[in-house]
Amino acid sequence: MEFEPVIGLEVHAQLLTDTKIFCGCSTRFGAEPNSHTCPVCLGMPGVLPVLNKKVVDYLLKMAMATHCTINRESSFARKNYFYPDLPKGYQISQYAEPPAEHGWVDIETEAGKRRIGITRIHMEEDAGKLIHDENSPSSYVDLNRTGVPLIEIVGDPDIRTAEEAAAYLKRLHEILVYLEICDGNMEEGSFRCDANISLRPVGQKAFGTRAELKNMNSFRNVQRGLEYEIKRQQYILESGGVVVQETRLWDDAAGVTKSMRSKEEAHDYRYFPEPDLVPVHVDDKWLEEIRSAMPELPLEKRERFVSQYQISPYDAGVLTSGRALADYFEEVARLSGQPKAAANWVMGDILRLLNEDKKTVVECPVTPTNLARMITLIQDGTISGKMAKDISEAMYTTGKTPGEIIEEKGLVQITDENALAAALSEILAKNPDQVAQYRAGKDKLFGFFVGQAMKATRGKANPQMLNDLLKKMLSNQE
Amino acid sequence: MELHQLTIHELSEKLRSKETSSEEITASTFGRIDAVEKDVHAYITLMKETAFAEAKRADEAIKKGECGVLTGIPIALKDIVCTKGTLTTCGSRMLSNFIPPYDAAVIEKLRAAGAVFTGKTNMDEFAMGSSTETSFYGTSRNPWDLERIPGGSSGGSAAAVAADECIASIGSDTGGSIRQPAALCGVVGLKPTYGRVSRFGLIAFASSLDQIGPFTKDVEDAAIMMNVLAGYDNRDSTSSIEEVPDYRQFIGKGIEGWAVGIPREFFVGGLDPEVEKAVRQAVKTVEEAGARCVEVSLPHTEYSLAVYYIVAPAEASSNLARYDGVKYGFRAPESRDLLDMYKKTRSAGFGTEVKRRIMLGTYALSSGYYDAYYKKASQVRSLIKRDFDEAFTMCDAIITPTTPTPAFRIGEKTGDPMQMYLSDLFTISTNMAGIPGISVPCGYSASGLPIGVQFLAAHFQEGRLLQIASAYEKQANIEKRRPNL
Ligand SMILES: [Zn+2]
Repeated sequence: MEFEPVIGLEVHAQLLTDTKIFCGCSTRFGAEPNSHTCPVCLGMPGVLPVLNKKVVDYLLKMAMATHCTINRESSFARKNYFYPDLPKGYQISQYAEPPAEHGWVDIETEAGKRRIGITRIHMEEDAGKLIHDENSPSSYVDLNRTGVPLIEIVGDPDIRTAEEAAAYLKRLHEILVYLEICDGNMEEGSFRCDANISLRPVGQKAFGTRAELKNMNSFRNVQRGLEYEIKRQQYILESGGVVVQETRLWDDAAGVTKSMRSKEEAHDYRYFPEPDLVPVHVDDKWLEEIRSAMPELPLEKRERFVSQYQISPYDAGVLTSGRALADYFEEVARLSGQPKAAANWVMGDILRLLNEDKKTVVECPVTPTNLARMITLIQDGTISGKMAKDISEAMYTTGKTPGEIIEEKGLVQITDENALAAALSEILAKNPDQVAQYRAGKDKLFGFFVGQAMKATRGKANPQMLNDLLKKMLSNQE
Repeated sequence: MELHQLTIHELSEKLRSKETSSEEITASTFGRIDAVEKDVHAYITLMKETAFAEAKRADEAIKKGECGVLTGIPIALKDIVCTKGTLTTCGSRMLSNFIPPYDAAVIEKLRAAGAVFTGKTNMDEFAMGSSTETSFYGTSRNPWDLERIPGGSSGGSAAAVAADECIASIGSDTGGSIRQPAALCGVVGLKPTYGRVSRFGLIAFASSLDQIGPFTKDVEDAAIMMNVLAGYDNRDSTSSIEEVPDYRQFIGKGIEGWAVGIPREFFVGGLDPEVEKAVRQAVKTVEEAGARCVEVSLPHTEYSLAVYYIVAPAEASSNLARYDGVKYGFRAPESRDLLDMYKKTRSAGFGTEVKRRIMLGTYALSSGYYDAYYKKASQVRSLIKRDFDEAFTMCDAIITPTTPTPAFRIGEKTGDPMQMYLSDLFTISTNMAGIPGISVPCGYSASGLPIGVQFLAAHFQEGRLLQIASAYEKQANIEKRRPNL
C-alpha cells in the first residue's frame, strides 16, 4: 500500500518589539539573567498585564502578508500548566477568538508550485529559560525571555513532503524578516517550528494518527526530522503496526526522533478567557495604517524585478533575498540607469566581497552612488571592465569614490585614437618579424600585439579601440 | 466622643480647624488598637511606626494648608492589597514572607490623598470564605459578639471599623466580601462597579469579579473614600475610562419620586425572620423618604450561587497557579525534585478551603467538562446581568437584604461549606452582573447583632447608590450603638 504524509507546521516567531507583550521590560537577547524583569513578567501577586499595541501591529502585518482574514475582535485566553519558566503558571495566549485566520502562502519545490493554507495566527507570550548546572542538583531560572511577544502561525495540514515543509518554512521566514517583525534567528530560538505529521493510504480522506515533532532548530533539521518520521511511520504501518499519538523530539546528533510524551501524559491546558485583558478591537483606521505601511513582499518584488529590470528570475531571487539588498540594487540601477550591469556588479563583486567579510549589505563600504558612478564610467568608456574590477575592490576597502581611485591610480583609459595609433606604430615598427608572421596567417600573434600595447600603455588602452585599431593597422599592407 | 470614634468628615473638620492633629488621631486609634485588638484580632500586621511618620507628614501638610480629604486619617488595609515594603499575606501561609516591591494602585491614591495606614487586616485565605475562619492567621472576632464571626472575606477590615481600630478601611469584594462583613459588623461597605477602581496590586482571587471598595462608619465617608479610589488606571486593562463624578454631591440629596425595586426572588425561605423584618422596615423607610417601591424580578438569581462556584474557582485555580515555591513566598523544604516541590509547597502552603476551590475550578475547566461547567456558567452569568439591566429600566435602585442571617458563631459553618456559601446568597449576583452595591446598617437583632440592608444600582451609578443610601441613613436614623468591648 502506498502512503501519503500529511504535515502541518506550527511556527513561533519572536517579534522585534522593543518591549515585552504585557509589560515595559526590554526584549533584548543576551542580557544578564533576570535583569529584564519586573513584577508583571515575574508573575508577582496582584499585577496585571497590559497589551503592547505594537504586537498587534506586527501580527496584522503578518496576517496581511499571508492573505489572512482579519477578525475585528479577538480575545486572549490562559493556557494553564506548571513549569518553573512560566512564572504565572499560565501562558497568556489566544484560543477561541484568533485575530487572523484562513490565510495562505505559495511555495515552489522541484515538484512545482503549491498553495499552503494558514489556519490561524495569534499572539502569545514567550516563557523563560531553565539553566541546568551540571555540577549541582539545582536548576536556575532566567526570566528575561518571559513575556517576549510571539506570534504563532498554525499551518493547515496541506504539506505532503519534507521538502515542501522546508519551502513553506523558508517562505514564512522570508516574509517575517522582510516585514522586519522577526529577526528569524533559528539558533537563538526567535523562529521555531513544531510539526504534526501523520500518514494515510493514498486516496484516503481521513487523517491517520499523528505525531507531534519538536526540537528542529534549522530548516535542514525540519526536513531531516520529517523525512525520518515519514520513514518511521511508514515502516510501522507497512509492518501492520499502529502509530501512537505522541510528542517526539528530533535528536540531531543521532538523526532520529524519540518519544517525549504519550497522549496520556499530554497536558490538559484548561484554556479559558483571560479575565485580566479586554478583547482587541481592530477598526478600519488601524487596518489602513498597517496596510499603507506594508512593504513590498519578496514574491511581488521578485516578479517586479524580472519585468521592470529584464533580469532573470534567478537573479531577481538573489537580489530580493533581503530587503536591504533589494533596495541597494534598485538604488544602483536607478542611479546608473543600467539595471543589468547593476545586477551583475551587485551579485558578483559586491556580494562576494561582503560574503568574504561575513558582512551584510547594510555594512557595505561601497555606496550605491559610487557603484552606479563606476558603472557609468564603464559605459562611457572611461574605464575598462578590468579596471573596474580593481576600482570596485578599492572602493570596498577604502570607501572612496571611483573618481578618487582613478585619479590615485592613474587609471583613465586612453581613448585618444591618435595617441593609441602612435603607440601601436611604434610597437609594429619594433617587431617587424612578428608583423610579417601575422600577415602570413599566424593569427594567434594578435594577442601578442595586444599584450605589448597594454604593456606600453600600462593597461590604460581602451580594449575595444585597441582591437579595432590594431586589426586595421596590421591588415594595412605596407 | 474619642477621636478614633469619629468619621472621616468629622475628623477632617477638626484637622482643618486645627482642633486636633493627625498625630493625636493616630495616637487615639493605636490606643484603641492596644485596648481591643487582642479580643477582635482585626489585623495581621500593624504599621504603627510608619503610621506615626505619615501622621507627622500629614500635620506638616495641614500646617502648610495642604489638607486633602484623607490627610491624616487612619485607614486600615485588607491584607490583599500590595503595600510596598510591608508584608502582604493574603491571609495565607503561602505568602507569609511576601513583601511586595510595589504599591497597589489604591495605595498610591490613598497615599497621595494623605492617608495614614494603620495596618493590614485579617481576611479569609485568598479571600475565599465568608468568616475569616480560613485565614492562616486565625479568626477575627465580631466586635458585637466575640463568639461570632465578623463575616468575610474582608472580616478584619469590617471589624476594625466597627471596633474603631481605624476610621475607615479598604476591602475587596468578589461575591460579597465587603457587603456581607459590613452588614454583620454594622458598618457601611461599598462594592463599586467592576472596573471603577483599579485592581492593580490587588491579589487576584477571581479576576472578573474582584473589586476594591471601602468600609466606613457612615455613607458620607463612603463617598469621600470613593472620590479617592475611583478612576481609570492604565495598568489595569479592565479599569473604566468612565468619568468619575464628585460622589460627595450625592449625599443628602433625597430620593423623592424614585422608583426602588424589590426583587421578588430575594425575600425567600432561609431568610432569618429578624433580618426580613429589619429589611421590610427599611423598605418602608425608603418610601417615607419619598420613593415608590416596585416589585422587580431577577429570575436567574437562583443560579447565581451555582454560577459563582464555577466561575470564581475556575479563575482562582489559574490565578493561584503562580504560588509554586519557585520565585517568592513559601517553599516547602527538602523536596526530591520539581514535582515533589510543587506538591509539598502547595499542600502545606494552602489551607483546606483554598485547595477545595482550586480543585473545583480545575475540574470545571478540564477538557470534556469546560462546556458543561465554565461555558454554561458564563452563559447564565450573562442572563443574570441581563436580569439586572432589565430591572434597572423599571427602577432607579434595588433594595435587598445584605445577608440571610446576622453574624453566625465561630465554627458554626466550617464543617458545611454549602451553608457557608449560602451566606453570600444576596450579594453574589451583584458581582456576576458587575454592578455596584452598598450595605448600610438597618437595625439590630433581638440579641443586639447588626443587620444590613443592601442597595444596588446600575453600572457606574455609584452616585445614585450613595444618594439612596444616604437618604435612607438619614430617614431611618438608626440608633447609633457601639459594640461593648
Ligand atoms: Zn516585565
